[in-house]
Amino acid sequence: MAEPLVIVGKGMAATRLVEELGQRALGRHAIAVIGEEPRLAYNRVLLSPLLAGEIAEADIELKPAAWWRVRGVSTFYGRGVTAIDRAAKTVTLADGALLPYGKLVLATGSKPVRPPLPGIDLPGVMTFRDMADVRTLRDRARSGARIVVIGGGLLGIEAAYGLSRSGGRVTLLHLVDRLMERQLDADGAALLAEALALRGIDLRLGAATRGFVGRDHVEAVELQDGPVLPADLVVVAIGVRPHAELARAAGLGVDRGILVDDGLATSDPDIFAIGECAQHDGSVYGLVEPAYEQARVLASRLAGEPAHYRGSLLATNLKVSGIGVFSAGEFEAGEGAQTILLRDRATGLYRKFVIRDGRLAGCVLVGDTQGALFYLRLIRSGQDISAIRSELPFGEPYCLAEAA
Amino acid sequence: MRRDADQPGPPVPAAAIRTTCPYCGVGCGVLATPDGRGGATIAGDPSHPANLGRLCSKGAALGETLGLGSRVLHPLRRTESGGYERVGWEVALDAVADGLKGVIATHGPDAVAFYLSGQLLTEDYYAANKLMKGFIGSPHVDTNSRLCMASTVAGQRRVFGSDTVPGSYEDLDSADLIVLVGSNTAWCHPVLFRRMQQNRAQRGARIVVIDPRATATGEDVDRVLRLAPGSDTLLFAGLLVHLADHGLTDTHYLARHVEGYDAALANAREIAPSLAAVARGTGLDETEIAAFYAIWSETPAVVTAWSQGVNQSAQGTDKVAAILHCHLATGRIGKPGCGPFSLTGQPNAMGGREVGGLANMLAAHMGYAPAEIDRVQRFWNAPRMAQAEGLKAVAMMEAVEAGRIRALWVMATNPAVSLPRADRVRAALAGLDLFVVSENVLSNDTLSAKPHLILPAAAWGEKDGTVTNSERRISRQRAFLPLPGEVRPDWWIIAQVAKRLGFADAFAHAGPAEIYAEHAALSAFENEGRRDFDIGAHAGLTKRAYDALQPVQWPAPAGQPLGTPRLFAQGGFFTTDGRARMAPLATPALASATSEALPLLLNTGRLRDHWHTMTRTGLSPRLSAHSAEPSVQIHPEDARCHGLTEGSFARIANDHGSVVLKVALDPGMTRGSLFAPIHWSAETASHARIGAAVQAVCDPWSGQPEMKATPSSVEPVTYAAQGFVLSREDFALPEGSWWSRLAVEGGEARLFATDAGPAELMDAVRARFEEADLTEMVDMAGGAYRCAVIRDGRLLAALFLAPFGGLPLWDSVKRAFADPAALPDNRLALLAGRSLDGMADAGPTVCACFGVGLAAIRAAFAGGAASPDEIGQQLKAGTNCGSCLPEIRRIGAQARATVAA
Repeated sequence: MAEPLVIVGKGMAATRLVEELGQRALGRHAIAVIGEEPRLAYNRVLLSPLLAGEIAEADIELKPAAWWRVRGVSTFYGRGVTAIDRAAKTVTLADGALLPYGKLVLATGSKPVRPPLPGIDLPGVMTFRDMADVRTLRDRARSGARIVVIGGGLLGIEAAYGLSRSGGRVTLLHLVDRLMERQLDADGAALLAEALALRGIDLRLGAATRGFVGRDHVEAVELQDGPVLPADLVVVAIGVRPHAELARAAGLGVDRGILVDDGLATSDPDIFAIGECAQHDGSVYGLVEPAYEQARVLASRLAGEPAHYRGSLLATNLKVSGIGVFSAGEFEAGEGAQTILLRDRATGLYRKFVIRDGRLAGCVLVGDTQGALFYLRLIRSGQDISAIRSELPFGEPYCLAEAA
Repeated sequence: MRRDADQPGPPVPAAAIRTTCPYCGVGCGVLATPDGRGGATIAGDPSHPANLGRLCSKGAALGETLGLGSRVLHPLRRTESGGYERVGWEVALDAVADGLKGVIATHGPDAVAFYLSGQLLTEDYYAANKLMKGFIGSPHVDTNSRLCMASTVAGQRRVFGSDTVPGSYEDLDSADLIVLVGSNTAWCHPVLFRRMQQNRAQRGARIVVIDPRATATGEDVDRVLRLAPGSDTLLFAGLLVHLADHGLTDTHYLARHVEGYDAALANAREIAPSLAAVARGTGLDETEIAAFYAIWSETPAVVTAWSQGVNQSAQGTDKVAAILHCHLATGRIGKPGCGPFSLTGQPNAMGGREVGGLANMLAAHMGYAPAEIDRVQRFWNAPRMAQAEGLKAVAMMEAVEAGRIRALWVMATNPAVSLPRADRVRAALAGLDLFVVSENVLSNDTLSAKPHLILPAAAWGEKDGTVTNSERRISRQRAFLPLPGEVRPDWWIIAQVAKRLGFADAFAHAGPAEIYAEHAALSAFENEGRRDFDIGAHAGLTKRAYDALQPVQWPAPAGQPLGTPRLFAQGGFFTTDGRARMAPLATPALASATSEALPLLLNTGRLRDHWHTMTRTGLSPRLSAHSAEPSVQIHPEDARCHGLTEGSFARIANDHGSVVLKVALDPGMTRGSLFAPIHWSAETASHARIGAAVQAVCDPWSGQPEMKATPSSVEPVTYAAQGFVLSREDFALPEGSWWSRLAVEGGEARLFATDAGPAELMDAVRARFEEADLTEMVDMAGGAYRCAVIRDGRLLAALFLAPFGGLPLWDSVKRAFADPAALPDNRLALLAGRSLDGMADAGPTVCACFGVGLAAIRAAFAGGAASPDEIGQQLKAGTNCGSCLPEIRRIGAQARATVAA
């Protein structure tokens, strides 16, 4: 008889896990997927273009209902899990139902950080995480609302762009003096800032928020250094935090995220965690690609094959149409590293490559991300690029031509 | 026999104007069809006997060289501060005349000199010569022909009694053996070389090349003799001995028409006592020498032709005489298909000789005998005749340096580049009391010596007159473009100065037709067949007849308007007794020996697609692509001994000066010798003024300097990085950089090498251009920097720098520079230096006429083409001037060798 495998969470990591299992161990497990949102799993990455009105809701669905059916997956949508009984090997659903598990996978994702600032709970101070958020935000933007987005990271920029595209009058606040400071160098960030400004976004760098003011609804954002920005809506997008409460309550090892080993197992060998809720080797990843890698490794292990997750090299892709931004690996040449820069001021194209010991250690692409995967591959493989050093910035075809 | 008279010829476009090419001494007929916008379509003139419709790569590209961008269009006067101000002609001409008067008043007429050029038309030359020798009263008129074929003049005058080329180009069609001595004919006279090759292909004529260097000319001929530099006289003295010893001389001809044979033969036996001695001195095998002597002796229809390898020598006159002796001894002269033949280097070197533009001539092939001075004085009604031979070019510049010449007027030439010890010449020019230059261009090395006046002279296409080519053929060079700006013909400028000096009556010519008629009349004046140069048939020429003048070979005495194709078959030399003179020759030796410090002999010469200092050919991107940089050719073994590798840099130095050139390994070089091109100047390269490193040792008779064998040292020069700049405006490279300029579509390029790093170049670029217009690639640690400057969708400039040895590709930037439509959407891709759309690097241009690159020809051979003919059918390469055929053949051989391997 198939072993019951319960997956808590129905986001991208969970979907990929089911897909991978289908390819490796079809029928070995009786799979149940439990998700809080009352709908089919969707591609969260596409929420920004959806907000921008560039794609339709139907476009972001990951798999149709039939796909889940064919795989014999029991789906429990619209209700979360409230508890795990490790001794009984059951999970309790929000409606009280108990599901037994042989193996349990936590793919609970993360939730937006809401800083404890005055007025943070005022209506109209939102985060941007799910489909419901998109609908609300889009409605407000279309009415021409004055919107302040807080957070100049990937999510904040995408939100600001989407809201602006939808008709909102958007101000983007960022605490530090450069956008995406964890992925971009100063020049790349400056180009991105210019590109956003050209798209009508009022960008304020080095802007620390003191709090939110309003009677029944947010009316303004107060900055530390004085200015008060009128706002009909505030979107806080300063980061996410792993959704680890359930695991913590179940007594699993948790730090920032749920601690997992190279087999993605938690401190309980029958319980696993993947995606944004997991913490591996000190790292919590907020991007989809590591989640997919983890799903693949876990699927292999559940299928009885040896596989190890060794951590992911982060690659960031900003999904703002017309402003390609890609960043992977080292983006500032530290001690012992060298830099190759390409820059076209007029068209806002920028490429930076960090070379260490004759190997590509990282790169930043702004304006046009062609070749991103090639570079990612080079970074991951750690191969010697000395022979193609002068062709490298121009992409794979030039490097191949050189090699040939 | 005559091709020049009344030949209808094929139809010519209605608007086409018949003129002649401004380059070498072949004197090809050109059909120029003006486009009404300052340009013209150029084609070979099928009815001109010199080329029968053919043009070489240089001639075919003439249309690309007609722009006014580099021209001087107004008279300029030097200001107190050393700058130049535009002045009117009246002011400029007054200043020249006043300056001359001042120098003459203080220092006498001997302190005044003209330095003229083989690019002047005969009429310009005549006016200058007449003014100086008959009216100013100084004999100091010399010309850049001194560097070209003065030794031929001296040799022919010594042996024939006159400066007469006995034969015709038609002899090249009907000879059974053509011997080319010191002549890279394939590159320097390509149209004649094709004629010779056609004779070889159709009639089976054989071609023998005698040259220390393996040149393109020697690549497809029957025999090449790689003799030691300076041993030509030995080889031909040995031939004379061989002829005598084997009873192969024409005793009848010798007895009737030659004086001094016995002494000359005795002298030849001293020089070349045996085959072994000839072999020792020439470095050739006895068998190859014997084979050459045999074929020469056995072939009555033999033409021996020569160029600068013979002339540019401190024994050039003797070398010429040694060749003439052999032809006289066999009576092989002036008959169809045989004779000695000097191939001249300049379009009107012959015309200059005819008017007397050389310092050792007076006028119209007359010298300085009292009767001749008297005759010319009476003809000109001249107030103050020069009384003795003047200073020849090298001596003239020494006199300038020494302050004996105080006023110098240079016309149509660039002595600060082309003369030996050119750096000293340039410095000397700057010290003149009066320095006047009549020029086409606004900037060159001679102008950098800061003449007091720069006079804008008419260029090819604007000027109107006659030229004489290597076969004595006088052709009209006709204007087909208007005079731009305030540009004037040289004869007019000279006449205006003459008028201001008080000689208005003698210089009242209404135009070149009247000058030519006077020149013709002088040639016939009291001639009665005593002087070779007689064009009395043209003495009364009307302007209309002058304008309609058909190409004709002199002599054309009164009543013989059809001219003379050949002379001397029946003797009739222009000596007192009508007999040619043979005289003993000096022991063959080079002027200067190599030493431990100066171990190599520096040879200089021309390349295929450039002419002189590139003021014209340098404007053509097509022509510039064949040899983009000034290189020194060196044998690979010599290179190894001196630490040089292909593509590295070498400093060539001696007591006179030094240059730094790119190294090109060439197994065809003789060990111990270097070859460097003469074309680059301070205008076109930073360190390639080869004239600066050429010795000034001259032939005692001709005054021609030995420019092909200067003992020199060579050592490697290293640069950290190399790159290129394309720009439409000026861009200063870091101090100390090596650079060389060339024309590209859309502007100019400089290839450079430098010790400056990427940061320095980046700063220079940013200082010069708007940062907002920059597209850049910066790899400081990798030593690379690339940038493109783009404004309004137009590529204004580009600079690529790479560590030495990794010269970046520039195809994509060059294309975008030429054509804004080629600017890629992703401008960063421009910096890759190439595009990926299949437009691969074309490689160096092989066929300049049709712009076919090495890559295409290689591909065609790889694709099955079996011969240069098939390459021609497929790619058109080699089907026009044919000067690239040797190269195509070599590429084919390489391709076959590769397949075989």
